[in-house]
Amino acid sequence: MISLKNVSKSFGDVQVLRDISFEIARGEVVCLIGPSGSGKSTILRCVNGLERRDGGQITVDGVALTDKSLPAIRAKVAMVFQRFNLFPHRTALENVAEGPIHALGRPAAEARSEARDLLARVGLSDKCDAYPAKLSGGQQQRVGIARALAMKPQAILFDEPTSALDPERVGEVLKVMRSLANEGMTMVIVTHEIAFAREVADRVLFMDGGRIVESGPARQVLTQPKVERTREFLDRVLNPL
Amino acid sequence: MGGLSQFFSDANQFLPILMSGLVVTLAVTLAALVISVLLGLVWALMGISKIKALRVISRVVINTVRGIPIIVQLFYVYFVLPELGVQLDAFVAGAVGLGVAYSVYQAENFRAGFSSVDPMLIEAAQSLGMSERKIMLRVIMPLAVRVALPPFGNTVVMLLKDSSIASTITVAELTRAGQLLAVSSFKNMSVYTLIALLYLAMSLPLTYLVSRLELRFARK
Repeated sequence: MISLKNVSKSFGDVQVLRDISFEIARGEVVCLIGPSGSGKSTILRCVNGLERRDGGQITVDGVALTDKSLPAIRAKVAMVFQRFNLFPHRTALENVAEGPIHALGRPAAEARSEARDLLARVGLSDKCDAYPAKLSGGQQQRVGIARALAMKPQAILFDEPTSALDPERVGEVLKVMRSLANEGMTMVIVTHEIAFAREVADRVLFMDGGRIVESGPARQVLTQPKVERTREFLDRVLNPL
Repeated sequence: MGGLSQFFSDANQFLPILMSGLVVTLAVTLAALVISVLLGLVWALMGISKIKALRVISRVVINTVRGIPIIVQLFYVYFVLPELGVQLDAFVAGAVGLGVAYSVYQAENFRAGFSSVDPMLIEAAQSLGMSERKIMLRVIMPLAVRVALPPFGNTVVMLLKDSSIASTITVAELTRAGQLLAVSSFKNMSVYTLIALLYLAMSLPLTYLVSRLELRFARK
């Protein structure tokens, strides 16, 4: 479904991605973990064309990512952001319906009624007319997920979806994500929620210094890592004191 | 009491003449406003362009125009351009001169609006696959307007008042009509008081309107 081959990317002198290659199958849930600055988010941003890769190939659903194919690929791959990035001048419902109406050209009435259903699905049917500023972080992120779903994507990229939330609000967002995973959505998730990754992910990729250091089934990588650097990272994250 | 009744009888006599000046003031302000908004948008969009040459040109234009007194710019348009073969009548010269002079203030208002838009919102719109035009119309513009509106309103009020400078190039607007009246009637107090009141009658409702609009945008 999504495939990266020898992808590299630098910001000035700093090489943030070195020779990244991996494939994600349809329906697979893959978590990217690793220290800050290891390049996890940059991978997602390259797949969505928000960042231009320096080298290598990215293929989505058999289509190579180029400037020309970017709009088609964006219609297939939706993104959920760390800081939600909801449009502050539009209600929750308008945020969700914005993409279908103004990027896909769908009829407004239809898109709005679907948006209503999606907001109900993420538990926000009573917040359709609320502006983002009136919603909690967890609620905003659930609107963000509904906005991604409204595009009827074949895959969703999550860029640290719970990192900006109050600890108490993390659960409600993870719950929505878990239900998407159970329904077979293809998901690539950059996260620090190790417990969530262990439970929901099929596969975990551990990154450090712009490389994939270790990858494998979630349970194996997270409980019996083979690489010393992975073990060290997990030990620090799970036992911060 | 005598002074006041004198004032009212003067007002009765002078107002019809001053009202025709007021109409010209509104007309020249409106024409200059349109020019300044269009040109200001051009400078602002050049100023946030990805092309460095356009950004430099925009900066140079803004600093140059802002650094020259408006009255000198009007003289230039009205007295110098004819020597270069461009003959404009007083009203057009006034509207163009004020429009150009004010375009750089409008550009700064618009630029402040554009640069207030969080780039992450633009990324969100891009990730939805919205076209550049849609992103401009549906995300950048509506958010920029909220920030640009209060200074924009102030700029319009200033433009209305500065339209009086057009009196120096013979545009028969409110101030000039008043000057002519004062010179011929010697009733300086009555005439200039009336002029001041008429400017207030235009600028206060404008200020009120802008603050209403601000409230409306802020509510969302």
